Amino acid sequence: MIAALRRLGPRNWWSGLATIVLVLALWQAGAALFDWAVIRGHGWDTGPKQCQLDGGACWAVLTEKYRFILFGRYPYEQQWRPAVVIGIFVALFGASASRYSWRPALAGLWVAALALVLVLMRGGFAPLPLVPQDQWGGLPITLLLSSVGCVLAFPLAVLVALGRRARTLPAIRLLCVIYIEVIRGVPLVALLFMASVMLPLFLPAGMNFDKLVRVQVVIILFAAAYLAEAVRGGLQALPQGQFEAAEALGLSYWQTQRRIILPQALRLVIPSLVNIFTGLFKDTSLVLIVGILDFLTAGKVALADPAWQGFGNEVYLALGAVYLGFSLFLSASSRRLEAT
Amino acid sequence: MTGAAIVMEHVRKSYGAHVALRDISLQVASGERVVVCGPSGSGKSTLIRCLNRLERHDSGQITVDGVELTDDIAALRTVRRHVGMVFQNFNLFPHLTVLQNCTLTPMRVPGIGAAEAEALAMSFLERVRIPEQAHKYPAQLSGGQQQRVAIARALAMQPRIMLFDEPTSALDPEMIQEVLDCMIELAQTGMTMVVVTHEMGFARRVADRMIFMDDGQILEQGIPASLFDDPQTQRLRDFLGRIVHAG
Repeated sequence: MIAALRRLGPRNWWSGLATIVLVLALWQAGAALFDWAVIRGHGWDTGPKQCQLDGGACWAVLTEKYRFILFGRYPYEQQWRPAVVIGIFVALFGASASRYSWRPALAGLWVAALALVLVLMRGGFAPLPLVPQDQWGGLPITLLLSSVGCVLAFPLAVLVALGRRARTLPAIRLLCVIYIEVIRGVPLVALLFMASVMLPLFLPAGMNFDKLVRVQVVIILFAAAYLAEAVRGGLQALPQGQFEAAEALGLSYWQTQRRIILPQALRLVIPSLVNIFTGLFKDTSLVLIVGILDFLTAGKVALADPAWQGFGNEVYLALGAVYLGFSLFLSASSRRLEAT
Repeated sequence: MTGAAIVMEHVRKSYGAHVALRDISLQVASGERVVVCGPSGSGKSTLIRCLNRLERHDSGQITVDGVELTDDIAALRTVRRHVGMVFQNFNLFPHLTVLQNCTLTPMRVPGIGAAEAEALAMSFLERVRIPEQAHKYPAQLSGGQQQRVAIARALAMQPRIMLFDEPTSALDPEMIQEVLDCMIELAQTGMTMVVVTHEMGFARRVADRMIFMDDGQILEQGIPASLFDDPQTQRLRDFLGRIVHAG
């Protein structure tokens, strides 16, 4: 028993001391959080006045505001539609998480699901009244922008990474380098701003794309530049012999990439790809700069209610938990992918 | 020119200031087995890699299987499908099983189904005597087994010419013979072979002709026995002396 504890325990005095200090600090923080959230915390149906009397957590703000945070300004009686959309996205992520479901049919499933999402959100026919895009908001916006961003940025990134390494096509190569360097050199906020404010100035009058589409395009282009560099890292990590063996077998360029190079290179860079995907998921909150009400922004707007002042902690904790949940799912899927 | 599988005429190749091949002219007849040897840096690897254009020669002409090697990618791919190559480091595809490595090229032939391609690949794996490893991945095999898979993979293209670039140099000594045995068997089928190797026993037994290269040039060539027993140049005498000591 003592021996077992010793084996688990610290190796020497200073690591023992560090362990004690860290455990104490964690205990302190945990106890304070528990005290605030549970012991002094108020129930789901307490009024704001009563909450404000003492310092305890006021979870009633979530009961009051969760529909606005999740769905934004979507018409109240139609909010089952974005709720279904969230369900579709969760199901879609679940179906895509396993390597064994990666067949051409999965791409078809994505296209069908995204079409369904757009039809549900927009409506405009018999049982589904039209809900214009400026009333969309909350979690469906965040999920839509980030997952469409990832799914379309990835193939673009592979092409750009291959283009950047195409020794025999200097024009393509230069184009890819310029694209990557320009996108990487400009903050996402600036790109979003340019796309939504400046782009319409350059387009002929009457020709105007939906704001959401413009933002989506920017997110795709932004993510693809970073993904392309990660993919290029994988391509460069492969030994020259793999390229030579494929050449010697008379495989064409595309056969070589598809059958030999990319399967190995992409597997090598799964951790960096997931890193970028997770970052992108959270970066979509920057679309608030052009007035799109994403999940985080919806939370902020909900907090502006004069009747419910001073409950930022509760709302941000809840938002953080949702972001964390999706990100943890993503990293768990990637660990499984690396193992197969 | 009938009967010539490979014709090289005044081929030159340099890497920057370093000249790898100076004015090489060489013919290999169909069915001939040529062993190329020489000290490291003599250009022998460059020579064999020029034969399927893994290296592009700077000037001169190389004609393989009746087709001149140029920047014409389509023609080049046709040539490559008739020329198998075995590398020093095997260069198997680690993400594919042994069988998948070997079905890669037969699957591409129009009109061949998956089952037929697998049967073909298996027949070559049997020829190199490792059919039982077909469903393993390359990393699970020994070096000698991997190199035999590499030979089977090249043979699965059903090539007319086989190139071997130091096929036993990366192997542990006890695995060299199993690979050489496969190559000897292949030689007995009448395959045209160009082999870069230091295995003098193999050269003596199999080669119709031996070529000694030094400093980017062919210094001596002839039947192996005459090169071994009656070297004309000091360079070859030195080289043979070192090889024998090393062996």
